Amino acid sequence: MTISASAGDIDRRLLMDRSVSGRKAFTLPESDVPAQNLPDSSFLRDDVELPEVSQLEVIRYFSVLSQLNFSIDTNFYPLGSCTMKYNPKINDELSNLPGLADIHPLQPDETVQGAIRLLKDLQDDLGEITGLPGVSLAPLAGAQGEYAGLLIARAYHNAQNDSARTVAIVPDSAHGTNPASAAMAGLEVVTVRSDDQGNVDVENLRELANENTSVFMLTIPSTLGLFEPNILELTKIIHDVGGLVYADGANLNALLGLVKLGDLGVDICHSNLHKTFSTPHGGGGPGSGPVMVTDELAKFLPKPVAEKIDDGYVLATPEMSVGSINGFHGSFSIAARAYAYIKALGLEGLQSVSENAIISANYIQAKLRDKYDLAADRYCMHETVLSATRQKKRGVAGLDIAKRLLDFGIHAPTMYFPMIVDEALMVEPTESESKETLDHFIAVMRQIDDEIDSAPELVLDAPHDLPVTRLDEATAARKPVLRWTAEL
Amino acid sequence: MASSVNTSVNHPYIPSTDSERAEMLDVIGVDSLDGLLGDIPVEHRHPKLDIDAGLSEQELSTVFGSIAAENASSSSGYISFLGAGSYSHYIPSTVRSILQRGEFVTAYTPYQPEAAQGTLQVGFEFQTIICQLTGMEVANAGMYDGPTAFAEACLMAARVTKRTKIGVLSTADQRLPNTLMAYSKYQGIEIVEVSPDATEIPDDLACIGVQSPNFFGEIEDIERLTNLAHANGALSVVHVNPTALGMFKAPGEFDVDIVTAEGQPLGVPMAFGGPYVGLFACKKAHIRQMPGRIIGRTTDTKGRTGYALTLQTREQHIRRERATSNICTSTQLIGLMVTVYTATLGKQGMKDLASLCYQKAHYAASEINRLDGFSVESLDSDGTFFHEFVVSCPASPSQINASLLDKKIIGGLDISDRSDNGMLVCVTETNSKADIDKFVQALSQIGASA
Repeated sequence: MTISASAGDIDRRLLMDRSVSGRKAFTLPESDVPAQNLPDSSFLRDDVELPEVSQLEVIRYFSVLSQLNFSIDTNFYPLGSCTMKYNPKINDELSNLPGLADIHPLQPDETVQGAIRLLKDLQDDLGEITGLPGVSLAPLAGAQGEYAGLLIARAYHNAQNDSARTVAIVPDSAHGTNPASAAMAGLEVVTVRSDDQGNVDVENLRELANENTSVFMLTIPSTLGLFEPNILELTKIIHDVGGLVYADGANLNALLGLVKLGDLGVDICHSNLHKTFSTPHGGGGPGSGPVMVTDELAKFLPKPVAEKIDDGYVLATPEMSVGSINGFHGSFSIAARAYAYIKALGLEGLQSVSENAIISANYIQAKLRDKYDLAADRYCMHETVLSATRQKKRGVAGLDIAKRLLDFGIHAPTMYFPMIVDEALMVEPTESESKETLDHFIAVMRQIDDEIDSAPELVLDAPHDLPVTRLDEATAARKPVLRWTAEL
Repeated sequence: MASSVNTSVNHPYIPSTDSERAEMLDVIGVDSLDGLLGDIPVEHRHPKLDIDAGLSEQELSTVFGSIAAENASSSSGYISFLGAGSYSHYIPSTVRSILQRGEFVTAYTPYQPEAAQGTLQVGFEFQTIICQLTGMEVANAGMYDGPTAFAEACLMAARVTKRTKIGVLSTADQRLPNTLMAYSKYQGIEIVEVSPDATEIPDDLACIGVQSPNFFGEIEDIERLTNLAHANGALSVVHVNPTALGMFKAPGEFDVDIVTAEGQPLGVPMAFGGPYVGLFACKKAHIRQMPGRIIGRTTDTKGRTGYALTLQTREQHIRRERATSNICTSTQLIGLMVTVYTATLGKQGMKDLASLCYQKAHYAASEINRLDGFSVESLDSDGTFFHEFVVSCPASPSQINASLLDKKIIGGLDISDRSDNGMLVCVTETNSKADIDKFVQALSQIGASA
């Protein structure tokens, strides 16, 4: 047998296929206590089928796998609505300090004063940034923050003996978690249209808002990367019928220090610490989705809420709390990273984040608008939604363009979202990227547009040089193989 | 109006210089940032914010040093006997080392599988390991944490059986039904308590939710409870401690339908409660009702093996208000820690670890049981407890804990609301015999003066 000399060949065998009986990567200490009686053998299992590999193999296996990924550390990653900004290394380091990583969630408050103080400070900063001073850091992700927000809205109306409000009004451009969270909260989802400018259709909202309206869920800026010019009118329409306004803060990176949501009539919002506040996405979590509310709604917040009392800090349960939406106090070490980020930037730094994020997105939009259609022909906020409709007519879909970008080491934009835009390519450069990187991206996007005519197969068959080409996702779903087995 | 933002801010996290910004604004066709903010009501633009000025990295490290110093932990000389859902275990160097890989840490959800094969293959390994530990057929790629995984499992049982009443064993950690309550409050779900000794259950239950080892550390009769559920057309949902699975029979051996767990004990720092990862496995027959991300194996256009997110039509980004859940994360990075941890300990290590925890907990229980005024009831029940046991104390556990704290000992959890003067004590491999003996001696002294 001849051995291939290509260093590019990757060994994709799974751990169980590498397993050799008797090999180990770790040794536990011997027991230092007298031997105890074991329980009845009917309770005990014979064996656990797990890999047997050496310590080097563990390290090499996972290190090689990591190299198959695109990441912020290694690639430009303009994935719209995901805010793939630089994740400062110091934040990871500080959140793992002894005294933070090794404290137990049920320790008495007096033994974790530093941790609770950190949570209280972060609550205050998030309340200040959003203009909504009641803050709970409990939600473990954006979707949980949303759900917590809806529970608060329902609890508020119930407390007013106004429990017939069972409708959530959601724009057609909303992220899928909005209607999914509303359904979990027992709310009927009614969709409000966008107008031809990409704004919420004010007249349509006026028709839909009534005494059954519990909450209006609005993403600010919208998923089209636009700020609602009629925001004050929208929030007034909802308040006039007794409803509450919930803002999805997924796109808060556009607003730091530029405007406070609370000033605009928003009653409840959440923020994704893993977007705006730079905590790592981790390949799909862990996230953190604090919920912020007006003073009036603070008594309904999920527990716990960090509070300052005379002689220190405590974790408290708000008076009419919607309860526990997870096991403990939220993602503490994610909160610690966000805290470090806010402290490192300070007021001027935070303002500069949004300023630069907005300028970068508009720069890309200005440089590509002759080649790619825009979802809305006006200045955008921190992201621009392009549409590949012109390219589609020439035989190449938005998906193909996204895949071709990968060949250049650039992660694809968010594709086919928002759903109201044909062939959407949502580009969010973030403030972290230099002008050279933006110019390179612009040049590549223009070149891909040229390739559609000069060498369409380069685009249609992309990516070419990644660990895999396009995958058969239909078969994956039809005949699911979801784990290793000996027969695999 | 000129922008009130200080455009000369120069920060390590933001590369653009003043001249580059000016150049970009010129291309865009506006004079200043405010030219781009026309949609924001002018009276609300540039509000006053009470946020401190930024710190250098060195100053930030100092701030964190003082925060960490205000907490009591093993690194400041404390020994602890707290468990109840979060456990102190040794984390091998391999886990910390792989967690330094920015390619894992700073990637997004693998929506572009060609550019995320690393994340996806790890997720497939994670699903495999969870199936192997639990003895189940399929697992998802991870949930937020244990209690939310349990809540989602009960809601899934309600969907599968088309029933709306959920039974939870009275011996479960209250965090499980409490989270379920918050998740199901507006979905027409009723939660009822089931006794572990029940021989009959209502015939309209969607499931019996069992925690084993239960909140008090004792192993439940999963087989009997599962048979009882099935005889009444209900599913069996079992919430386990994954460390115990190195030793005790897997729920899959008892025909359990859905298994959930807190993944934290598998290589994840306690970190004051999070982030953790929820483990979720079930029978293959129910897979289309499963919440969360699922990774599948497939081939590319050249016939090579690859991995991709699959069965996505269950999920919120496609099905919106009809999705199986609103979750859109797999808590992937914590799943990576669990995967590296379990691969590192391996077949023998998981067995040895469970044994070590069992030996030490039983030693501690026996020693405490000898003390005047203290007793450990679990020792009478065939010794089938793991990690944790309830100590019945001669005085209120909170008073005892206050005295222990003076000796730099963080005692067990005060559970006097559930058990008379009860203290839930947890012992793992991180508690040395010397620590245990110090704890026992301190209890003895406090007990004598109580």
